[in-house]
Amino acid sequence: MKILIKNGRVVDPANKIDEVLDILIDNELISKISKDIKIQGAKEINATGKIVMPGLIDMHVHLREPGREDKENIFSGTKAALKGGITSVLAMPNTSPAIDSIENVKLLSNVIKKTAQANVFIAGAITRERAGKEITPVAKMKNIGIVAITDDGASVDDDNILLKAFKEAKAAGIPVICHSEDKKLSNGGVINLGFVSTKLGLRGISRESEYKRIERDIELACKAAAKVHIAHVSCKESVEIIRKAKKKKIKVTAETAPHYFSLTDEAVVGYDTNMKINPPLRSSEDKEAIKAGLKDGTIDVIASDHAPHTENEKDIEFDRAEFGVIGLETELAVAITELIENKILDWGGLVEKLAVNPAKILDLDRGCLSLGQPADIIIISPQEEWVVKKEELTSKSKNSAFLGRKLKGLVDTTILAGKIVYQRKQ
Amino acid sequence: MTWTRKDLLGLEELTQEEIELILNTAESFKEVSSREIKKVPALRGKTVVNLFYEPSTRTRVSFEVAAKRLSADVINIASETSSVRKGETLIDTGKNIQALKADIIVMRHNYSGAAQMLARHLDISVVNAGDGWHEHPTQALLDIFTLKEKLGRVKGLRVTIVGDIAHSRVARSNIWGLTKLGAQVTVCAPKMLIPVGIEQMGAIISHDIDAALKDADALNVLRMQFERDEGAAFPRQMEYFRNFGITRDRLEKASKNIVVMHPGPINRGIEMSSDVADGKNSVILEQVTNGIAVRMAVLFLVAQGRDQAGEAR
Repeated sequence: MKILIKNGRVVDPANKIDEVLDILIDNELISKISKDIKIQGAKEINATGKIVMPGLIDMHVHLREPGREDKENIFSGTKAALKGGITSVLAMPNTSPAIDSIENVKLLSNVIKKTAQANVFIAGAITRERAGKEITPVAKMKNIGIVAITDDGASVDDDNILLKAFKEAKAAGIPVICHSEDKKLSNGGVINLGFVSTKLGLRGISRESEYKRIERDIELACKAAAKVHIAHVSCKESVEIIRKAKKKKIKVTAETAPHYFSLTDEAVVGYDTNMKINPPLRSSEDKEAIKAGLKDGTIDVIASDHAPHTENEKDIEFDRAEFGVIGLETELAVAITELIENKILDWGGLVEKLAVNPAKILDLDRGCLSLGQPADIIIISPQEEWVVKKEELTSKSKNSAFLGRKLKGLVDTTILAGKIVYQRKQ
Repeated sequence: MTWTRKDLLGLEELTQEEIELILNTAESFKEVSSREIKKVPALRGKTVVNLFYEPSTRTRVSFEVAAKRLSADVINIASETSSVRKGETLIDTGKNIQALKADIIVMRHNYSGAAQMLARHLDISVVNAGDGWHEHPTQALLDIFTLKEKLGRVKGLRVTIVGDIAHSRVARSNIWGLTKLGAQVTVCAPKMLIPVGIEQMGAIISHDIDAALKDADALNVLRMQFERDEGAAFPRQMEYFRNFGITRDRLEKASKNIVVMHPGPINRGIEMSSDVADGKNSVILEQVTNGIAVRMAVLFLVAQGRDQAGEAR
């Protein structure tokens, strides 16, 4: 089937395009992009006043399958992704079992083949059971499809093991994604260490626990000349450390999540467990530093760190509640609301953070609207305002940090490999 | 003014007027405890449930006595003996108590914010009897009540709180309450026991107890828990007593009329010496007596506040 997207503002920074054009999709691929395409028999989508961009790539997603399908599964998570304009996700390996062996990669690949509604790429674990002791068969897992390794949720404490992992990842040609946290320094904390933690009587997590570990992770990556990607950057010192490393031409990339540039620890006042996140929501100074890092390119990627949890795991005492928030369905809108509206990024810049750069880092043939590419395309209404409502979320879990928030920007249509897979009800 | 809240969760959210209303109400209830028949019918027919997730004798008994002197029926639930041990959530426990048509839950909980969470989910009143490191409003209210009784005022007083400020709900509630009433609060402790940003709550920070005692009108000595596992930086008991322990010698250099308080139970010889605990400046047992009046006032007011909220609905 042919689809013709008419008169949309096409934002495709990989090809330096930002103008009103038509896009023709033929047989799953992008076949033509120009003004005034006329063709018989194509399904026409009028995109006047809308923005057309590559399907987004979220490189930090917890789909919870296998093991915790009560929180989310591949099917529900990818459904939620499509609604949020995300056509590709990187599934984090902290499942049960962890994705730490050939068998488990195969197991996960099979589920993906059967039930995924979007492209799901697999991150393997760095160490067996993510315990930080024994390195996984990185090269073999790479051969059957993993695109990165990470022990996300945990940091490899042992320098020698991490160094070895960097070397193996380099040999396999894939990046290591670091959850940079020194748990000795975060010390069982549950929110950012500061006035708010003092006022609420909650144990604080110092910024040190993050940035000292980032310093170490970059240093070891540098030693191995490997590619390192720092996950969920939350504080100002971290931004500065990464900025300096980049100036020295070290192969480091970094991501942040929408909550770190839109919320602060003030949101925890009232003990809202949907604001319990690791790393924690920080101060307004940190929030501004994250924005500055996005603006000057220190932070390459915006990723949701979509972390679904059931109500039973959240509707309890703050100390006992799980860390994490869902984010697939709000990621784009929060980014538009905070970054486009406040002129931190332009549209091209936003698409770079949400599609182009993740594709580059993970070496995926995605994130652009080049001719002959699989047609992963989204059409959005950038000015449309909406309020995040629990009952309207697609994800199995409802632990959003943005419930009740008014956001700007809604996905109208999501096209995956030339097929319309999500269409907003109007 | 009238009281309109169904709950008492902390002093942070109260206005100066609300705090004064509690203190004034407590003053009128204090006399009840000196009567031959120590009972008034103010809460007759009401049910108060003491829900204690942390062992506490002093606070629980104080609330129980207060409720009984108001003629309420009192039920005590301790977490060791309840379905909590079978894994029931706090919200479910609260809803079950509400379904029993109880009117007030008095809760002590080891996690900060537990009282707020419970109050949000229930229509009946919740009184916070201490949540984690967060707040212990009735303790601060009885401290302030005692100060006012002894010194005739609160405004302009200089109050020093000494001890483990970082892990103390008593310190936090005292700082909120005292500063709202115009007192000046100094917190004094070794560096690692002073939490980040406490000065933003309105307290002055000191690491020198002798200096912090010098001009103080009152001293509130917190209980030290050396069994707390906070790592190597936690001070050793002897070292703490030498540098921060309240002794007769230290006190002699302070104002002659300094009021010495302690929320109890005292570790004699750890945070204060026995001669101070039993000395002429100590008002520790008067605090216990005043605790009854303050808790009577709180129970009475939240019951009233809930009735009003009901009418408004």
